[in-house]
Amino acid sequence: MALLDVENLSISFGGLKAVNNFQISIQKGELYGLIGPNGAGKTTVFNLLTGVYKPDTGSIILDGKNITGKKTIEINRDGMARTFQNIRLFHNMTVLDNVKVGLHNHYSYSTLTGIFRLPKYYKVEKEMNERAMELLQVFDLQDEANLLASNLPYGKQRKLEIARALSTKPKLLLLDEPAAGMNPNETAELMDTIRFVRKNFDMTILLIEHDMKLVSGICEKLTVLNFGEVLAQGATAEVLKNPQVITAYLGE
Amino acid sequence: MSFVSYLINGISLGSVYAIIALGYTMVYGIAKMLNFAHGDIIMMGAYVIFIVVSMMGMPALVGVLAAIVVCTLLGVLIERVAYKPLRGASPLAVLITAIGVSYLLQNVALLLFGANTKAFTSVVGVPALRLAEGQLVISGETIVTILSCIVIMIVLTTFIKKSKAGQAMLAVSEDKGAATLMGINVNKTIALTFAIGSALAAVAGALLCSAYPSLTPYTGAMPGIKAFVAAVFGGIGSIPGAMIGGILLGVIENLSKAYISSQLSDAIVFSVLIVVLLVKPTGILGKKINEKV
Amino acid sequence: MKTKAGNKNWGSNAITYGMVILAYAVMQAMVMSGNISSLMKGLLVPLCMYVILAVSLNLTVGILGELSLGHAGFMCVGAFSSAVFSKCMEGVIPNTMISFLIALVIGALAAAICGILIGIPVLRLRGDYLAIVTLAFGEIIKNIMNAIYLGLDSKGLHFSLKNAAALNLEEGGQVIIKGAQGITGTPKVSSFTIGVVLVLLTLFIIINLTNSRTGRAIMSIRDNRIAAESVGINITKYKLLAFTVSAALAGVAGVLYSHNVSSLTALPKNFGYNMSIMILVFVVLGGIGNIRGSVIAAVVLTLLPELLRGLNNYRMLIYAIVLIAMMIFNSSPKAIALRSQIADNWKKKHSREKKEA
Repeated sequence: MALLDVENLSISFGGLKAVNNFQISIQKGELYGLIGPNGAGKTTVFNLLTGVYKPDTGSIILDGKNITGKKTIEINRDGMARTFQNIRLFHNMTVLDNVKVGLHNHYSYSTLTGIFRLPKYYKVEKEMNERAMELLQVFDLQDEANLLASNLPYGKQRKLEIARALSTKPKLLLLDEPAAGMNPNETAELMDTIRFVRKNFDMTILLIEHDMKLVSGICEKLTVLNFGEVLAQGATAEVLKNPQVITAYLGE
Repeated sequence: MSFVSYLINGISLGSVYAIIALGYTMVYGIAKMLNFAHGDIIMMGAYVIFIVVSMMGMPALVGVLAAIVVCTLLGVLIERVAYKPLRGASPLAVLITAIGVSYLLQNVALLLFGANTKAFTSVVGVPALRLAEGQLVISGETIVTILSCIVIMIVLTTFIKKSKAGQAMLAVSEDKGAATLMGINVNKTIALTFAIGSALAAVAGALLCSAYPSLTPYTGAMPGIKAFVAAVFGGIGSIPGAMIGGILLGVIENLSKAYISSQLSDAIVFSVLIVVLLVKPTGILGKKINEKV
Repeated sequence: MKTKAGNKNWGSNAITYGMVILAYAVMQAMVMSGNISSLMKGLLVPLCMYVILAVSLNLTVGILGELSLGHAGFMCVGAFSSAVFSKCMEGVIPNTMISFLIALVIGALAAAICGILIGIPVLRLRGDYLAIVTLAFGEIIKNIMNAIYLGLDSKGLHFSLKNAAALNLEEGGQVIIKGAQGITGTPKVSSFTIGVVLVLLTLFIIINLTNSRTGRAIMSIRDNRIAAESVGINITKYKLLAFTVSAALAGVAGVLYSHNVSSLTALPKNFGYNMSIMILVFVVLGGIGNIRGSVIAAVVLTLLPELLRGLNNYRMLIYAIVLIAMMIFNSSPKAIALRSQIADNWKKKHSREKKEA
């Protein structure tokens, strides 16, 4: 059974069909790419999957569980985490605390325990710190742990966002243009990191990307979106040869 | 009959709120700031009229014109000195500065005019209207207030719709960056908005103090707050909204004073605001703003 | 690295606590040796109250990132509820300290309940709207307190919105809240020492809350609500929690206030929006989110008008000008650029001198 099964997903804003009849099926462990020209509705699909928007029609099944119409926080608890196209970090918090917010639902003590500094506070905080540092190490951010997130260079901010998403222990990770604004070196490094994450965390990943090099380099399967509808779907090499896809990307 | 008379008085009070609220709503729409000092400009205008009319013995119309001139200059000066340097700063910083300006105006007035209450002579010379064999008396102040409010509303709407400066205001309130690119002088437009808002405040001061003739340095504060509530109530940034909000607020206040409790009338006014905002968070005529993800 | 951050935090908090304790010791020494004007002596409890208010409002404004203009309303609830309790219990509970402690809990709880009641519907609103609704709430509370009549006789509490006669008290019953005249004769239990203990308690709660799992959740909402939701933070729960804790502590300040004055009335001066705004001014000038800054700003800005008393009529004027000038100096983009430029030049000059040396 597929990890993510989406069928017939549609939403319109004021008469405009932003996403129409979208479907996708992602197997566990796959690295899947969602591509398409600007304004094709890719980010809208992410917002539908993560509950930011409620779909007009359609169903979203994650790991056998129907999550259609659920709230963002419930969907996160059910195992979906994401990053954002325009980076959304907790800017005035430290890098370490950014990840610790992600760990929030997996390491727990009560508010009063925190205020009165009961022994459990120290125990759980220590565990959280250790886990957060492990995650930061994966992204080579351990030396910046105590910097404010806003003081990180751009590329590292993108990495921190991925680390934060991973800290919520997702089954499926959604990356919205992870390479946007990166230079070729940084992009190459990011590709290694994504591969590493997939292997080490045994992660299933769906990513939106414009950088064709990155997409063809790491994605096994692609869905091409155009004007809110699926234009092509399948193995990367075949999709990229599809004449309709080439037309959509390069114009007539 | 008494109900009708309460209602008419409510509309009259509401018209004053509406004129003040117009100033709030225009400034908020364009500069995106709560000009807390707006109410104190009303008070300053009323003092100018008091000096010109009661102390110097000039005609009321001269007093009102003098107040309009002084308030306009004051509004532009405040904008230039206190708010303009903070353009681009956090909204909270601007809000606190506006509060500082409000304190400043109150204390300048306190120094200049003293703390004791001044008896304000009405600037309205229109006789009261007696209807239904003298059972219903509508004071001249009420008539002038309501008429002024209607005239101001029509003039302002026409100005914004038809004039170039008015169009520039609309453009700046929609998108400052784009307006700049289209060759609109944003600074001048904002200054103009403050000028218009402050001139309206002078008119509101004249009408408010004619109806409630006691003047202290704190006269403008509470009507200012209520007018702001009215602006939010009607949908902030919207000119018809400010009118509707102001008049509804005045009516609710007067009717609850008459029929429920004069002690609790403010509480009732503010409760209505809370309820309206909960049902329709952007006010009666406000636009919905979606956050982009 | 982790321990270093922990130490730094710990050190910073120790300075905050130490500062309060040191100030207490100095003032106490001055009181003992009689080196203090009666004016200053009268300001000691209000100072503690302002500090508690500023620090607790900073939880809403600085940590949660929501603007509240109704903090004085929560203080008002705390003041009146605890004063009613103390009046009813006068003579019933012989130990004034125990009675005061219960009053403290009641004041905090009453304010917290109001915080929840107003918070549930209102925290959906954002920015200026939340500000105006909290302002409205503060005014409503003040208004209601001015209209309430409450009496006590052997049958229990009687309540009216009209006048004292409408309470229908039996003989020997006493009127506790007399409408606009408020409550008179609340036992004067508040002292500087109690005030400082409550300040330390407030600091302890806010600082520890901020540096905990709950605090991180609250700050994540402030920094980016959408991202916080995306990692599973329950926005409503943590907003409400922060708002309620903030309200409860304002209630504590109210208890301190009501047990320090001989007659408790709800005036614009003490519970109106002007008071809320003044507390907000402390928070902003002390640095939004900076707890120690709130403490310092509350103390300095309360003492400033008193120290300027020699200037008599001009003091509030100077206060207003200082406020505007500080805001422009601190927040104007041009002033910030200018300051950093001066700092850069100074650094360059300094390093050149070093090299030449």
